[in-house]
Amino acid sequence: MATAAAQPTARTEADGAPDTARTAAYQRAFDAAVAADERIEPRDWMPDAYRATLVRQIAQHAHSEIIGMQPEANWITRAPSLRRKAILMAKVQDEAGHGLYLYSAAETLGTSRDELLDKLHTGRQKYSSIFNYPTLTWADVGAIGWLVDGAAITNQVPLCRCSYGPYARAMVRICKEESFHQRQGYELLLALSKGTPEQHAMAQDAVNRWWWPSLMMFGPPDDESQHSAQSMEWKIKRHSNDELRQRFVDICVPQAESLGLTLPDPELRWNEEREHYDFGPIDWSEFRDVLKGNGPCNEERITQRRRAHDEGAWVREAAAAYAAKHAGDTGGTGATRA
Amino acid sequence: MTATGPTARTAAPAAVPVTAALALGDDALVLSHRLGEWAGHAPVLEEEVALANIALDLLGQARVLLSLAGDEDELAFLREERAFRNLQLVEQPNGDFAHTIARQLYFSTYQQLLYTELAGTEGPFAPLAAKAVKEVAYHRDHAEQWTLRLGDGTETSHERMQRACDALWRFTGEMFQPVEGLEADWRGMEDRWLESVTDVLGRASLTVPQGPRTGAWSAGAGRQGLHTEPFGRMLAEMQHLHRSHPGAAW
Repeated sequence: MATAAAQPTARTEADGAPDTARTAAYQRAFDAAVAADERIEPRDWMPDAYRATLVRQIAQHAHSEIIGMQPEANWITRAPSLRRKAILMAKVQDEAGHGLYLYSAAETLGTSRDELLDKLHTGRQKYSSIFNYPTLTWADVGAIGWLVDGAAITNQVPLCRCSYGPYARAMVRICKEESFHQRQGYELLLALSKGTPEQHAMAQDAVNRWWWPSLMMFGPPDDESQHSAQSMEWKIKRHSNDELRQRFVDICVPQAESLGLTLPDPELRWNEEREHYDFGPIDWSEFRDVLKGNGPCNEERITQRRRAHDEGAWVREAAAAYAAKHAGDTGGTGATRA
Repeated sequence: MTATGPTARTAAPAAVPVTAALALGDDALVLSHRLGEWAGHAPVLEEEVALANIALDLLGQARVLLSLAGDEDELAFLREERAFRNLQLVEQPNGDFAHTIARQLYFSTYQQLLYTELAGTEGPFAPLAAKAVKEVAYHRDHAEQWTLRLGDGTETSHERMQRACDALWRFTGEMFQPVEGLEADWRGMEDRWLESVTDVLGRASLTVPQGPRTGAWSAGAGRQGLHTEPFGRMLAEMQHLHRSHPGAAW
């Protein structure tokens, strides 16, 4: 009911008016709600482009959660202690859960999970490029937690105030869990860094490989970002890519020092004047190349996703057939009868 | 050298029967590992969550049980195959989703019966059993619901589910061999298990498999440390990182 103040006025004003006048009135109410930092809810009128932008962004986020399960699940069966195995399994499960909330948030905009999955499987929608890098050692699980989840949180915390209600609320829960993951990743790396020389080297190697791709997670520089301006106006996005990237670097540098690890950038240094860390140039050609499909694991990630989906088709069909057969049963699906 | 015997290096508290702690702990550990292999491969997102949830419950049980017998990580990562005391059923590869569900149905029905019995005793496993039996009731319900959906879903799912139930049937007899140190009415549990599984399979329009429920090998099975060939490869994967860094902390 976030737009309750704005909407009834618009409706009253719009009722009986010609289509164009009605649309204009709705648009004014929408603009006013966004300007007043109210939440837009599923049944509220919204511009088509706003809806499309949200669907694109939420879908990409949902896809990133479920593709992101792969590089980490890669280590579940090899986790070196039972405690670490439990933590990792819980984390991968959380990601599946995030995928569920986000696909549900997209459904409130009139787009089904099946439709979005189909777009993922056919390459018409993307997921975060970071998951096209491989997890080569156990330390990569820590580096993903610390850096990749850390970058994701920096990006996502402002989304808890996003103008679209269901997305904002999903993000509140997701951010809580992500910050857990980030701390667990940090703690995993700390154990390695303080461990044997081999473990320390493993941690340093992982940080060396994940640092630059993590910086790329904030997207292209502000002057090249095609969707940013409109999204900021709609309050879907609250800060620019470069601002968030800088915030992330500023957080990571002291953390790396506490970890006893270095970040692979010789130009990284504190700038008194800016009160921020300066950092070296990002290789955007690598970013574009991975985005285009030439990353080390693009093919593997999408192939595994499609295979899981295709191999599970008979299971989903069975569940649907069973539900249809038992639609008339008392007490729900029939499967829960005592 | 690595610990190969069931008692490892750390002495267990006097009251805990180590053989029993290992039998129960290894069942939970190994099945949890197998379910963990599904991560990223499940047929639908809800099952990614459900299978991981069951795997986590089992891992939690395994950690408590193995810690009763010694150091959990030494026991999990440094024992050789012949020292594991789990049922052969739980080490069977995941196969298709129907095989995983059949394995879940058989095992969770057994585990629920056993933990219900143990929860009612004065023995050292009572506290764990009392807590775990609630989790296991959910595991069994999950397995039952999927058995019904697959058995009574499409022609394909029916065939696959029947094949899975048949294939795993021969591993179900071992569950009711008495385990040293566990007070339970094994014969009565076996009757109740058969009754329960027969009921679920019947409602799922599946046929109760007719073959023998144990193998012909008199040397025994998992509880005696005799496993099936896929188990060695599973352990190789599970243990390799831990074993590659002797003495390291994680």
